[in-house]
Amino acid sequence: MDEQQLRIFVDLVRQYFDRETGRLPEIGSPHLGDATALPIYDFTGVIGISGERQGCVYVTAYREMLRALLLQVGETDVADNNLCDLVGEVANTISGNARIHFGPNFMISVPIVVKGTAQAIQVPRNIKAYIIPLRWHKHEASLVVSLQ
Amino acid sequence: MTFKLMIVDDSNIIRGKISRTLTQHRMEIVATAANGEDAIKQFSANQPDVVTMDLTMPRMDGLECIRKLRRMKPDLRILVVSALADKATAIQALKEGAQGFLCKPFSEDDLTDAMDELLGETHG
Repeated sequence: MDEQQLRIFVDLVRQYFDRETGRLPEIGSPHLGDATALPIYDFTGVIGISGERQGCVYVTAYREMLRALLLQVGETDVADNNLCDLVGEVANTISGNARIHFGPNFMISVPIVVKGTAQAIQVPRNIKAYIIPLRWHKHEASLVVSLQ
Repeated sequence: MTFKLMIVDDSNIIRGKISRTLTQHRMEIVATAANGEDAIKQFSANQPDVVTMDLTMPRMDGLECIRKLRRMKPDLRILVVSALADKATAIQALKEGAQGFLCKPFSEDDLTDAMDELLGETHG
């Protein structure tokens, strides 16, 4: 992945929050992550990527952010199953929107959602993983992009 | 006139958002489904006039479901609501028989505008 491709994901994160909430997130400096110590917060939505590109894209967020985001989009039931659903949908939307730039052979899986921090997210060890930190409504989250 | 709507999406959040928005917009929600297989079953039982259809879903994806639904009811109106934002996917969905395509993320106004366009086009 090059800087221009990383910029695509930064823009898609901004676009997601802007369209869903009318409030842009603050984006931290994207940086290369250590595959053995990638961020994982309360809820994580993982999208597997296949086709012309291989790897994964995941969104990981704290419970408080997802609760706030749920309420913002008009959903009053903030039970864990909806928080899981939401983090998967955020990951799905950002990954699906990336096809505007990467084309239809950028194949995305249905979301796999991990609750809790006990399980590490397995990203391909031979592919660099970039971390895009973000903050929305004072809540932190990260988008991790690991693409061949 | 009120239309009977079936919402097909694997996200409960999205199904809720579509339901809340379109209930106030001439739509009666007669069924919801989280994948294509369930949508086929729900369709037979509830005979909706209009369907909103996600594409990336487990068990049976949206494109296959559109093909099957079109065979069951050729004049069914289908609005695809998907994160797959590339032009090729939109064209393929339209070829399979959808009449409208709305990209996620979407606002309530985006959805009602897309639905108005869908219904306006098919009714002339």
